[in-house]
Amino acid sequence: MMAFLIRRIVLALITTLAVSMLSFLIIQLPPGDYITSYIAAQSASGSVVSEEEAQNLRKLYGLDQPHYVQYFRWLGQVVQGNFGQSMEWRRPVGEVIGDRLGLTMIVSLAALVFTWLLALPIGIYSAVRQYSIGDYIVTFIGFIGLAVPGFMIALLILYFGFKYFNLNVGGLFSLEYAQAPWSLGKAWDLAKHLPIPALILGLSGMAQGIRIMRANLLDELRKPYVMTARARGLHPAWVVLKYPVRVALNPFASTIGYTLPYIVSGSIIVSLVLSLPTVGPVLLKALVAQDMFLAGTIVLLLGCLTVVGTLLSDIILVLIDPRIRLEGK
Amino acid sequence: MTRMVAEDVARTGSGPAPLLTVRDLCTWYFSNEGVVHAVDGVNFDVHAGRTLGIVGESGCGKSVTARSILRIVEKPGRIVRGSIHLHPPAGQGEPRDLVQLREDGPEMRAIQGGDIALVFQEPMTSFSPVHTVGNQIIETIRLHDRSMTKALARDRAIEMLQMVGIPRAERRVDEFAYQLSGGLRQRAMIALALACNPRLLIADEPTTALDVTTQAQILELLKRLQAERGMAIMLITHNLGVIAEMADDVAVMYLGRVVEHAPVRELFRSPQHPYTRALLRSIPSLHVPPRQALATIEGTVPHPLNRPSGCPFHPRCEVAIAGTCESHVPDLLPIGTGPAPALVSCFLHHPFGDGARQETN
Ligand SMILES: Nc1ncnc2c1ncn2[C@@H]1O[C@H](COP(=O)(O)OP(=O)(O)OP(=O)(O)O)[C@@H](O)[C@H]1O
Ligand code: SF4
Ligand SMILES: [Mg+2]
Repeated sequence: MMAFLIRRIVLALITTLAVSMLSFLIIQLPPGDYITSYIAAQSASGSVVSEEEAQNLRKLYGLDQPHYVQYFRWLGQVVQGNFGQSMEWRRPVGEVIGDRLGLTMIVSLAALVFTWLLALPIGIYSAVRQYSIGDYIVTFIGFIGLAVPGFMIALLILYFGFKYFNLNVGGLFSLEYAQAPWSLGKAWDLAKHLPIPALILGLSGMAQGIRIMRANLLDELRKPYVMTARARGLHPAWVVLKYPVRVALNPFASTIGYTLPYIVSGSIIVSLVLSLPTVGPVLLKALVAQDMFLAGTIVLLLGCLTVVGTLLSDIILVLIDPRIRLEGK
Repeated sequence: MTRMVAEDVARTGSGPAPLLTVRDLCTWYFSNEGVVHAVDGVNFDVHAGRTLGIVGESGCGKSVTARSILRIVEKPGRIVRGSIHLHPPAGQGEPRDLVQLREDGPEMRAIQGGDIALVFQEPMTSFSPVHTVGNQIIETIRLHDRSMTKALARDRAIEMLQMVGIPRAERRVDEFAYQLSGGLRQRAMIALALACNPRLLIADEPTTALDVTTQAQILELLKRLQAERGMAIMLITHNLGVIAEMADDVAVMYLGRVVEHAPVRELFRSPQHPYTRALLRSIPSLHVPPRQALATIEGTVPHPLNRPSGCPFHPRCEVAIAGTCESHVPDLLPIGTGPAPALVSCFLHHPFGDGARQETN
């Protein structure tokens, strides 16, 4: 088990490194460099930067060095929490996304919890009562959840919420708390605003979760150990919960890792529609404005999130599946 | 109800009252393609302390019969007719018809694993892959005996594992099925089945997945346990060698029906039903030179959705009686007299119109 974990952690580190290179590539991608953009920005505002001045600036920022040197310098900065300057916001990247990152995590986790809380029982019901009317209804709703984009549902909820209930469902905070410092009241306000975005963001994940759980469980229900458990006199409902559901949970648990970053990146448009203060909309703007340090940083963080999520699901898998736990013992 | 069973016993005349009497059992599967008559009028008795071998080609309904007795027939299957009477030990109440019990009711669940236990062909997949062997044994013990504490049940589980010949049982109890070898796994499965002292053990091809040596050991173990505990065994197999070695009585099944039911010596010495004869001819004998094709039964088993009318064996029967066999179903009736006559379902032995069922289909 230790060997397994160490192997996974080493793999995670290597992946993180690869992600960081990719992020650096994104930062380097546009023609020219930061100084070119700086010169362009300066000349737009009327002042001229001489060629000599530009060379000095390049030396100062190390931009005359080969790419790999630049990469390691950048990495060194990133490790210290210095993500560079956002050109669009004219503030350090860390400052721009700091608060939003926390809120993004909260919204995503809420969506994840929602996904699980509903997908599990519905998936189980659907498999145990295969081909029942309930199963057909659930499967149908599941397909809708997969096929209809989240922002569409967000728009519909915004519209109907406003029209019939006079509700303003957008945002994560009420007006009086939006700019206020953190307090108990603000946290409660957030909790009240959370369910609807979490529901919308979790919907496609939930639809997928139901399908995965249903398919896994249908496979497991046919296994002989289910029949032997019944033959021992266990109550059928308990048999299903203790044995096949338990086994079917494993592949389900291993999807958390992928679901988390999927929710974050999938939330961009929904966040725009619902005006959620998460990193999604910022990433979109940064990409449009070629604000490369900001975009690169967000990509880097999303990548790390995926790696951490995958590692987490691996650990969960180890904890719940003895077949992996005891492998190589 | 009791009278009917008593009459039955008198009719089959197999000495002392049996433990289990199965009469006209019909279990059908209602699939989209049609109704599969997996078990279609099965009759047999199981006696305490004896082994009933059930033999027949693949798909003839052996496993479905076993599942019907335990009331764990899976959807879309359902018992549509018949009775399964479980007789209590002498002087302890009335026999109960398991078909009339609710399959997930407390009475039936007390019988499942309590009075009647099951061992499957696949010991690997018969255990949960994510629970220890001990967990499942302890669970079963405590389910059937509420007064058992966890610690006591654990001791008993270890004892059971020792009894079936598993070395270092106190460590094996905490292992998972996949950590055991195939033979040990099947021994653990038997320990699990016997944990609550069942009066009837149904073993559905318990040795098919094992190599020959292990197979012999497991059969030996079953024999020993039966002698020690006096339980009845219903042994399902398509291996006639296993039947010859293990069974006291044999029920030969074909297409969901018992076609012949006889003491084992009688069955091998003078098989009466044409199907049984063909089956015995198909055993490889020592005289057959190696690599020569084995004699097989003429024709193939019909598709379950396409059952022949009349005697189900008539399309393959060499001695079918034209005009009778394809339109009438022969009953399972005794031949000869004596304390335990063989039962045969064939018009050769009970000419049509002479007590045979006047059913057309
Ligand atoms: N779930 C099911 N749905 C439809 N038909 C089924 C189902 N289970 C079993 N059957 C049918 O019931 C018949 C009897 O099956 P059963 O498993 O009892 O055969 P068997 O005698 O045990 O064969 P084998 O020696 O291969 O184990 C088969 O023809 C099969 O098609
Ligand atoms: S009843 Fe007829 S077809 Fe059936 S086994 Fe006997 S002789 Fe053959
Ligand atoms: Mg079978």
